[in-house]
Amino acid sequence: MIKLSDITLAFGHRELIAHASTEFTRGNLIALLGRNGTGKSTLLRAIAALGSVQGGTIEIDGRPIGTLSPTELARNIAFVNTERIEVEAMTAYELVAIGRSPYTDWMGRLTDDDHAIVEESMRMASVESLANRKVDTLSDGECQRVMIARALAQQTPIILLDEPTAFLDLPNRYELCTLLATLAHTSNRCIIFSTHELDIALTLADSIALVDTPHLTHLPTEDMIASGNIERLFLGNNVHFDTKSRSIRFKRE
Amino acid sequence: MTRLGRYTLFVTLLIALLALAIGDLLLGTTDIPFSDVWATLTGGTTSSETNRIIISELRLPKIIVAMLAGMALAASGLQMQTLFRNPLAGPYVLGINSGASLGVAIFTMAAPMLGATSGTLMANMGITGMAWIGSALILLLVMFLSRKIRNINVILIIGMMLGSAISAIVGILQYIGTEESLKAFVVWTMGSVSTVTTEQLTILLPTVLVGLLLAIVVIKPLNMLLLGESYARTMGLRVARSRAIIFLSTTLLAGTVTAFCGPIGFIGLAMPHLARMTFRTSDHRVLMPASMLWGALAMVLCCLVCDLLAYGGIATFPINAVSSLLGIPVIIVVIFRNRNRK
Repeated sequence: MIKLSDITLAFGHRELIAHASTEFTRGNLIALLGRNGTGKSTLLRAIAALGSVQGGTIEIDGRPIGTLSPTELARNIAFVNTERIEVEAMTAYELVAIGRSPYTDWMGRLTDDDHAIVEESMRMASVESLANRKVDTLSDGECQRVMIARALAQQTPIILLDEPTAFLDLPNRYELCTLLATLAHTSNRCIIFSTHELDIALTLADSIALVDTPHLTHLPTEDMIASGNIERLFLGNNVHFDTKSRSIRFKRE
Repeated sequence: MTRLGRYTLFVTLLIALLALAIGDLLLGTTDIPFSDVWATLTGGTTSSETNRIIISELRLPKIIVAMLAGMALAASGLQMQTLFRNPLAGPYVLGINSGASLGVAIFTMAAPMLGATSGTLMANMGITGMAWIGSALILLLVMFLSRKIRNINVILIIGMMLGSAISAIVGILQYIGTEESLKAFVVWTMGSVSTVTTEQLTILLPTVLVGLLLAIVVIKPLNMLLLGESYARTMGLRVARSRAIIFLSTTLLAGTVTAFCGPIGFIGLAMPHLARMTFRTSDHRVLMPASMLWGALAMVLCCLVCDLLAYGGIATFPINAVSSLLGIPVIIVVIFRNRNRK
C-alpha cells in the first residue's frame, strides 16, 4: 500500500528522519508515536504529498507519489489535521460534501450517488444527527468527527490523521480511536494516526511506528512493546513505562 | 434554507434590481415618461428623439456601468475573503483600490506630458492599464506577504499601511502636478458611474465579463479553499493554478472598475456578507451569483440615491460617499457577529 524507501525528512535545516524504510498495509490501524518535534507531522504531510522529501521515495501501490496527478492522489489519500474549521454559515453536511470534490464536475455539483455517500460517511462517523448544524457551533469532538466523515466521503484506501485526539476528552479519545480501528478492519483501509496517547495506541493499533530522531521504527504492537523501544523513549526521572499494564506510571519513592 | 427559498429570494432580488433600475432611468433633470423609457428599451418609437438619446446614451450606460461595477466589486470581494480566509478582506481594505489609484495618479499627471488628451481611446487604455498594473502589483505584494506571514490580521494591517503609503505618494504627485491634471484626478477619486462614456464601455464591459467568467470558473476551488490550503490540496486542488485564476479575476474586476469609476469603497467587502446572511450558506455556487446580484442592487441603489439628491436640488454627492454609508453598517454587523462567536 504505502512504501517508504530510504526516506530522509527535514524541517527547515533540522534533519528529523534519516534513511528510513518501511511499509504500511491495508486493513491496519497504525499509530505514529514520538516526542514533540520529532517529525510525526512532517512524515504524515510527506505521505500526503503536502511536504517535501529530502531523500528516498514514497510509493502508493508501487507508484511514486510525485507521479500521481492531484486527483489520483485525492482518490487515494485523505488527510485530517487538528486545524479547527471556522466557516460562516456552513453546515456539517456541506462540509462533508466538500470531501466529494475529487469526484464531482467543474462546478462541484453532487449527484444522487454523491449524496448517498455523504450520508453513509456521516453515519459511519456517527455524525448524521449533526447534518444541519452550522460548523461554528460544533464542539471540538463533534468537529473532529465531522472532519473524519469528510475524509471518509473522499473514499480513499488511505487516511492520515495528525493528532486526531488532541482536543478531545478521555471518553471521546477512546471512542474516536475505536472508530478508526473499526474503519481500518471492516473497510480494509490503511489508517495512520499520530498521537501522544500511549495507552490508546498500544491497546487499539495493529502496529506502531515510532519516530526517535533520526530513526523510524515500525513494528507490530506486541513486538514494539517487547522491543523495549517505548520504555527507552519515554524514560524520565519521574515516569517509567510499565510493560505489563501497557501504561505510563509515576515512580514511587 | 431550502432550494425553493433560495430561488424565491434570488428572483425577488432580481425584480427589486429591475425596479430600481427602471426607477433610475425615469429620474433626471429632464422628465421623461415611462412609455418612452419602455420604448427605448424595447426598440419602439419614442415621443421625441432627444428623450431616446438621453435614455440610451446617458441614463442606460450609467445603469449598466453601476450594475457591472457592483457585480465586479462583490465578486472580487468574495474571492478575496475566501482566499485569505478573512471576513474583512476586500479590494478596498487590502489596498487594491489604492494600487489602482496610484496607477491612475501617475497616468493623469504624466499623460498630458505624453500628449494624450483625456477622452481618447489611448487615454482610456492608459488609465485602465495603469490601474491594472497598480492593483496587480499590490495584490501580488499582499499575496507574497500572506505566504510569509500566517497571521491574517497582520496582512490586513499591512494592506491598510500600503494604502496609506500610496495615499502619501499620490499626495506628492498631486502637489507637483498641474492644476488641470489634479482636478481630473480628484474628480476621479470621488467615484462616478455617470462619467463612463459609451466608448469606455467597450473596454469596461468585456473586461468585467471576463473577470466574472473567471470568478464562476473558480467556484469549486473556492469551496475547497474554505477548508484551507492543505485540505484543498489533499482533495485534489491544483492550488497554485487556482490562486493564479483568482488573482487574475480580482485584478481584472477591481482594477477595471476602479479605473473607470474611481475607488468605490466597501461594496466589495459588504456584499458577500449580505449574500451569506440572506442566503445562509457558504457554498459559492449560491454565494457567487448572490453576491453579484447584491452588488448590482447596491450600486444601482447608490446611483438612485445620488440622482434623487441631485434631482431634489439638495446636493450632488459622489457615489463613493453613498456606497460607504451603505456598506459600513453591514461591516460593523459582521465584526460584532464575529466577536460574539469567539
